[in-house]
Formats: sequence, structure tokens, C-alpha cells
Amino acid sequence: MKTVNQKAWFFVLPVLALVAFNALIPLMTVVNYSVQETFGDNLFFWQGLDWFEQLLRSDRFHAALGRQFLFTGMILAIEVPLGIAIALAMPRKGFWVPVFLVIMALPMLIPWNVIGAMWNIFTLPGIGLLGYLMNETLGIPYNMTQDPVAAWITVVVMDVWHWTSLVVLLCYAGLVSIPDAYYQAARIDGASSWKVFRYIQLPKMRTVLTIAILLRFMDSFNIYTEPFVLTGGGPGNSTTLLSIDLVKIALGQFDLGPAAAMSLIYFAITLLVSWLFYTLMTREQAK
Amino acid sequence: MSIELRGVVKRIGAITHIKPTTLTLEAGRFNVLLGATGSGKTSLIKLMAGLDPVAEGTILMGGRDVTRLSPQKRNISLVHQFFVNYPHMTVFENIASPLRVAGMAKSEIEDRVREAAALLQLTPMLQRRPQELSGGQQQRTALARAIVKQSQAVFLDEPLANLDYKLREELRDQLPELFAGRGAVVVYATSEPEEALMLGGSTALMDDGRVVQFGPTAEIYRHPANLTAASVFSNPPINRAQIVKRGDEARLNADTAWTLTGAAAALADGPYTVAIRPNYVLPARTETATVPLNGRVLITEISGSDSSAHFSIGEENWVSLAHGVHSYEIGADHRFFMDPSKCFYFGPDGTLAA
Repeated sequence: MKTVNQKAWFFVLPVLALVAFNALIPLMTVVNYSVQETFGDNLFFWQGLDWFEQLLRSDRFHAALGRQFLFTGMILAIEVPLGIAIALAMPRKGFWVPVFLVIMALPMLIPWNVIGAMWNIFTLPGIGLLGYLMNETLGIPYNMTQDPVAAWITVVVMDVWHWTSLVVLLCYAGLVSIPDAYYQAARIDGASSWKVFRYIQLPKMRTVLTIAILLRFMDSFNIYTEPFVLTGGGPGNSTTLLSIDLVKIALGQFDLGPAAAMSLIYFAITLLVSWLFYTLMTREQAK
Repeated sequence: MSIELRGVVKRIGAITHIKPTTLTLEAGRFNVLLGATGSGKTSLIKLMAGLDPVAEGTILMGGRDVTRLSPQKRNISLVHQFFVNYPHMTVFENIASPLRVAGMAKSEIEDRVREAAALLQLTPMLQRRPQELSGGQQQRTALARAIVKQSQAVFLDEPLANLDYKLREELRDQLPELFAGRGAVVVYATSEPEEALMLGGSTALMDDGRVVQFGPTAEIYRHPANLTAASVFSNPPINRAQIVKRGDEARLNADTAWTLTGAAAALADGPYTVAIRPNYVLPARTETATVPLNGRVLITEISGSDSSAHFSIGEENWVSLAHGVHSYEIGADHRFFMDPSKCFYFGPDGTLAA
């Protein structure tokens, strides 16, 4: 007879408990809110899928979702090529390596709300360094609290400043792991530097690049703190990204039902797009 | 074709990696660079390939000065110790890559690649990628890339070091015929004396950034020019000890002495260093191994069908290497026998006396 050791369950229990507390229970609470109307004194009324339907038809949600995709698309289109370029330009050995690495890591070490506050002051017309330089010295009107285009540029530039380093560091790690022998082979073959990049460096960076793009997608799609501190979603609703809108509904209006429904849709989109990215980018390798 | 080095020196910063080296490597035979790790084999190859700058001296290829020429213009191939292939290209594209860069016609590329692949038994793998191949197949792909190009010189830098034993033997047997009749200078770096002997051709013994001896492989195995050359070309390490020669007697210590014959007997009296390969120091007396050595067994090893024993005579450590499985008692006294006709005698300056 086969002996079964039931003690093994005790080793799984802590993980189960932990995951239940930090993921499953909160998620189920949100699911619970999303199908009910909530009043004070813990009064709940069953609503079914009404909130979802309402949300998917709401122009406000469509606009926020559009802004969100625009933002994420823009920062990916800038940060990925820029990160690769900087990683390629960084020294591979010698005295400057640690210096560059520390400089690169610095923006990522600053707390997110501090970054928002920093850029807020930095861009204030008349006071901030950038705001003063643009308006007073160069004579270019620049006020991100009033001009939606300026607000967008500022939010995007801030994110590029904050997060390009992540792409740089991951790509750099991929680059330094390429043995010298590959470059020697390329020199003997007489390959141009574009061919070295295309046929040696890019394929060798592929795995880390997949991770970098995934991380940047998820982080930028869920971004909240920095733009909230910087613009508060304004001027008007021009920089109200999904998460900012979500918090407005949940805490500003205290519409827990619609907010919960929005959270779930938001979560599903992030999950779906991440999965798509990952499958597309690893499919080629699996072949 | 030939490669001629004239007083070539390589320096990086204040460190000299290759000391002034003059050497002529010919096509039509294997040119082996034999030396321990760090002796300068790879450095010398990189100089010849043009991957590192030459500090002093000149390099001629086929009579043409190539000292300042880029690797691409030297028309060479290089195969590394570890398998270097373009990761996301198929085996076919990998082999074809040097021809594509050279701008060759498509149909000719196809013919040449197929021919090289057939030679290296890669035909069934042509559409696969390097990661899907075994180590041996990956290295064969790299070799195919080296031969498809029909270069003037092929540098093989310990190409078999990362392969398992069986594949290594297989590929080593194929190598000489792969390059035979191609008219390229083949340079083969290895750290294993056996490999140099098996490949034949000529061997340059390297030590500390210098070529200590160069000549036909069998010739320099039989007549090492000096103590360093004798040490480089021996595995396990050659046994060496101080003796005193008086008349026709060579005396190692109070217990051991033997009678010198031939050229050794004609040497002037005085101190010499005797060196003898471990395979001429045996655990029992034979017809030729007649000189008894009283030692104390330190370590024993059996590898394949050979037994080796490390033993001490006074302060000196010796090694015996014998066919068959022999058992020794560690720490016990044992009488070994050496073949006096296989001894090399080196003078006080380290050069071969007899």
C-alpha cells in the first residue's frame, strides 16, 4: 500500500494563508462590491452586472482608457529605444562603469511622490528652473497647469526620466554577458556595427528586453502617484489616467460599486495585454 | 602560404604578454601551439588574427606585411574554445555568414555551404538553430564556417577543450583531413601534450609568453632543447633531479647511481639536472628499466588503463606512470625502476647537454 504523508500540507499552508490575505480576499471583496450598491450602515443591494454595463458604455471611462493607452504607448516607444541606445553607449569595463551604473540607478531610488513634487516645482513658471528657463529666458510659453499639451509632455518626460534607467540596466546586463569571442568573430567576418547589433547584441538582449518591456508596460499602465502629484489629472481631465479616475470615483464620489467594477476591468486589461506581450515575444524563441 | 612573425611583441599597459617572437608557420601541416594556460597561445593567435595590436615587430602572411591590417582584410578564420555561432540564425545561415558579408553569389554560397556541411556531417541540421544542437554539433558548425571561407589562415584555439572525451577523439581524427589540401596555414592551440603528438605536424612550445622551442612535433618530443621545453611537453610533469657526474657514473644519492653511455658519458664531470618522463619510471624491473629508485608512495591514481604513483626520494617528488592497474600502499616504501637510456641531462644553464 502506498503511504501518504499528510504532513506535507503544513508546508503549503503558510503560502496559502499569505496569498489568501494579500490577494484572494481583497480581490473577492472587490468582486463583492462590484455587483452591489453600497450605502452607509453596511446596507447592500444586489445590482448584478449593471455597473459593468454602465462603465463599458461610459464616455468618461473610454476617454480615460484612451489616455492610458496613449501614455503607455508613448513611454514604451521612447524608453525602449532610448534605453537600448544608452546601454550600448555605456562603457563595458574600467573606472567609469560603477559611476554610470550609480547615476543610472539614482532616479529609480527616489520615492514616487517625491518625483511628482520635484517635477512640479521644477516646471512651475517663474519659480521652477525649467519653467523659468522656458518662459523668461527662451520666451517659449510653457505652463503645464493650464496647457494640456504642456501637461502631457511633462508627464511623459518625467516618466522617461524616472524609468528609462530600468531598460538601460537590464539591457546593459544582457550586453555585458556577451563573450568577447562573438565580437571577435564579427570582426573577422567584417560585420558592420549595425550587423553586430542586429545579429549579436539584439538576439542576446532579447530575454532581458522582454522582461524590461513587460515591467514597463505594467508599471506605466498602473501609474498613479507621479502624475497625481504633478498635475492631479489636469488641466481639466487632460491627464486623468485610468488609476487617477478610479481613485476619483472610489474616494472622491464614494461610488464603491462602479469603482470596483472598473478595478476588475482595469485588472483584466493589464493581465490580458501582459499575456499578449509575453506570448508574442516568446513565441519566436520557442519555435 | 606561410605566416612569418619577426620579433613580434604584445604589450597591454606595462605588461608584456608576448615577448619578442620569431616564428615561421607553413601551410600543408598542423602548426600546434602547446603550452599551459596563460603561456600566451591565445595572445599569439590574436596577434596573428589582427584582433590585438602588435607593439613591436612585423607579421607577414604569404610574404605580405599584414601587421597593421584589420582582421577582416587578412582573410582568416578563428574557431574558439567555446562555441561561437550567431544565436538566432540557422546552421545554414551561420555557415553562410562570412560568404554573405563577402558578397558572394547566392548559388555559390548554397553549393559551398552544402559541401562544408556534408564534410562535417551537418546536412540534417542545416535548418536548425545553434541552441538546438549538441556541443559537438555547435563546434562543427563553427568549424564549417571556418572552412567554407577558404581563408589563408585558420586559427583553432583549443577547439576541442569543451567537448566530451568521445566527441573530442572523433573530431580530432577528422581535423587533419578537413584542412588537408586547402593551402591554408592551420594553427592549433592546445594545452595537452598528447593532442600535439596525435596531430603531428610542427609544434611550438610556449612558456611565459615565449616560444621555447619550435620544430617537427616528434623531433622536439624526443629532443627537448632545454628544461622548460621538456617540462611543457610532458604530462604528467617530467621528473627532474640533481645528479653529479663523475667518469661514466651518474649519482643521484647515496643509494642510486647508474652508468652513463653514449653522448652523456662524454660530458665534462660536474653537476647536471636529469629529467625523465614518468612513463619510463615503472613500478617493477623490466629489461630496460633497470635503475632502482627507493621511494615512498604519496598518492596513487588509476586513469583508464594507466596507473600513476607520486613518490618521494628524500626531498624530491617523482611520478611513475605505468600501463595496467598496479596497487601501491600509500606511505609505504616502494622500489621503482627507471630506464637510464631515456634520461635527458641538462647543464647548469638549463640547456640540453645530452
